[in-house]
Amino acid sequence: MSHWFMMTVVGKDRPGIVAHLSHALYEGGCNLGEASMMRLGGNFTIMLMVQSDKSVHQLEQLVAPVTESMGLRLHVDRIDGGLHRHQEPDVRVTVYGADRAGIVARVTGALAEAGLHILDMTTDVGGDEESPIYIMLIEGEAAEGVEALQSALDIVVREDGVDARLESIQTLLG
Amino acid sequence: MAVLEILKYPDERLKQEATEVLRFDDELQAFIDALEETMEAGPGGVGIAAPQVGRFERIVIVDCSKTRKPVPNHGRLFLINPEITRWEGMAVGREGCMSVPDYTGNVIRAESIDMQAYDRNGELREYTFEGFEARAVQHECDHLDGLLFLDRLVSRRNDLFRRKVYQKKG
Repeated sequence: MSHWFMMTVVGKDRPGIVAHLSHALYEGGCNLGEASMMRLGGNFTIMLMVQSDKSVHQLEQLVAPVTESMGLRLHVDRIDGGLHRHQEPDVRVTVYGADRAGIVARVTGALAEAGLHILDMTTDVGGDEESPIYIMLIEGEAAEGVEALQSALDIVVREDGVDARLESIQTLLG
Repeated sequence: MAVLEILKYPDERLKQEATEVLRFDDELQAFIDALEETMEAGPGGVGIAAPQVGRFERIVIVDCSKTRKPVPNHGRLFLINPEITRWEGMAVGREGCMSVPDYTGNVIRAESIDMQAYDRNGELREYTFEGFEARAVQHECDHLDGLLFLDRLVSRRNDLFRRKVYQKKG
């Protein structure tokens, strides 16, 4: 009986992490699903859906030779989830400004109150060490409409001095 | 007229290039009716191309008159042997396809195009399409060259810097 697991792998970035990990999983009879993998602050981070008939412990043992030899931290959870459960975002919000503590809490708090369900978010820090800039890219569902989000965002822009853009996403189906 | 079966990727036939329509006869009219019916039976699509139902001729239907958020549009368009004669601007937008279920992604398209195409009666017409409708026309015309939106996906992370219109803060 096969189940879905969420495998989290984090460690110092180096070439070959994905290739070695996915090879071990393939050799162990696992099927891979959706994943997010990216370099964050010099670490490589993986969130990976793995389908297998093994237990959590057996999965950990399966990839341990890779994670141990490459200095990676591993965490595996059995999840109640599956494929083909996408939700379409209908709004995209971009926020950027001088980096300082509290931007994410402020922006997402205001948007959540105005009905935003975040489906996808990436943030980054650019600029340089003296004057870093913070950049947020958010896609989500506007449960209470795009206008409610725009009003909430306008207040954040006015009070917190960030720049922001909100666009509704109209997905073309052709 | 029956609803036609939609080919789904990885069906190799979706990669086939379509040939020009030569005869605007009754058989073509019957096919276009069936193609239209197939589009309407689908999950809210704004267009369909003949190769999506396994007919490899340069025929597309586009209709952006019933979008969730209204967009400028020309109503229901029957574009036969379409040729894009001018491209302008670039914009990122999200697309999905009846031939690629349960996946959507961001694609860069021209914001404005001019087109020459025959209508379903064989009359040559000229159009200027903008924005969402221009995107729909480009998406459907890609099918005629064996291209899917999957061939044009761009990374979400570059989104901020890839837009033509850089809106001032609100």
